[in-house]
Amino acid sequence: MRIPPFVLAAFALAAVLPTVAATPAQFLDAFAREARQADTAFAASAARGRAFFSASHGGEWSCASCHTEKPGTPGRHAATGKAISPLAPAANPDRFTSAGKVEKWFRRNCNDVAGRACTAGEKADVLAWLLAAK
Amino acid sequence: MNPLRNTLRLAAMYAIAAACLAHSFSAHADGGKRVPDHPAWKQECGSCHVAYPPRLLSADSWRAVMAGLDRHFGADASLEPAARDDILAFLERNAGRRDTSAGGRPLLRVTQTRWFVKEHRDEVPAEVLRRPDVKSFANCGACHSGADRGVYAERDIRIPGGRPR
Ligand code: HEC
Ligand code: HEC
Ligand code: HEC
Repeated sequence: MRIPPFVLAAFALAAVLPTVAATPAQFLDAFAREARQADTAFAASAARGRAFFSASHGGEWSCASCHTEKPGTPGRHAATGKAISPLAPAANPDRFTSAGKVEKWFRRNCNDVAGRACTAGEKADVLAWLLAAK
Repeated sequence: MNPLRNTLRLAAMYAIAAACLAHSFSAHADGGKRVPDHPAWKQECGSCHVAYPPRLLSADSWRAVMAGLDRHFGADASLEPAARDDILAFLERNAGRRDTSAGGRPLLRVTQTRWFVKEHRDEVPAEVLRRPDVKSFANCGACHSGADRGVYAERDIRIPGGRPR
């Protein structure tokens, strides 16, 4: 029997998808697991995540400058004024569902706010707090 | 009259009417000129501000903008090389033919081009730009209510705080 190429392609795509599309809880798990490689006692903390989010880290902006202190509400880009939909998954189900998007914005925004990449532990903490927010 | 001829004529009229309708839906963009569509551009270049219409800068200017995305007007807007090349090719294809350089160097800002300054200089009082909901001319959507759809036609302009004339 010959299988048409597009069927094969569909199967190949289905095999890749689970690693591309994901849920916020899966991202939290993955970040926490990565953090435990450096610190075996690591457990994600929403309180630490909140503090990290609101603090400035040497630059002009904090995460809250654009996403506000209440991530269940819409934010506003601090430089351009453009509206940003809420970061909390409870308020915006599109959040933390695409690995490419999550990776890209952590890279850019941590660089803008802290002048460096965020650690896996910081990402896990932030996500724990965002998941607790309404 | 020949009934077949009539049917054909009717069909032709419908086809023309449909084409006009389709045209009127797609052709408003950008003060009457159509903004071409490219989902990756719209998404990547429209997340921090409206996606500025490609025809408002020259290909040289777009190349300069796209060469410095990691330090883009105070923000990190870096892209994977493949996405960057794809978007740059789209911008080059649809760039304006006007020269948008100053002192021999390509301008990076639409808002500093001669065309933009001339079009806006006498139209907007300085105090409008100090309003927190306007902030800068780069915030096209503050006055052009259709900016997020690429529409800059005159009838869609609303200056916050009223339009002094
Ligand atoms: C200068 C403004 C600005 C600052 C500061 C900022 N962000 Fe963002 N952030 C954005 C914009 C713009 C987007 C993309 C637009 C959108 O997705 O609605 C975004 C998207 C994100 C996303 C993508 C989530 C998803 O899956 O859709 C995450 C995660 C994020 N930001 C986290 C942070 C963290 C953590 C900080 C602090 C280190 C931070 N941001 C600081 C503007 C900002
Ligand atoms: C991470 C956020 C971010 C992303 C993503 C982004 N920009 Fe920007 N861009 C900015 C900021 C901030 C400014 C400065 C706005 C101001 O001065 O008010 C700006 C300004 C500009 C300007 C000049 C506006 C003027 O004054 O005329 C151009 C042109 C521009 N961006 C093009 C792009 C293109 C093309 C892309 C997609 C490849 C892009 N931007 C993606 C943040 C971003
Ligand atoms: C503070 C308000 C304001 C901002 C911000 C603004 N504009 Fe305008 N724009 C105007 C006014 C007023 C006119 C003049 C209309 C006229 O000629 O009567 C205009 C005219 C235009 C026109 C010509 C429209 C036509 O059909 O004649 C274009 C195109 C345009 N603007 C694009 C932009 C772009 C792109 C940006 C952002 C980079 C921008 N504008 C930002 C107020 C604004």
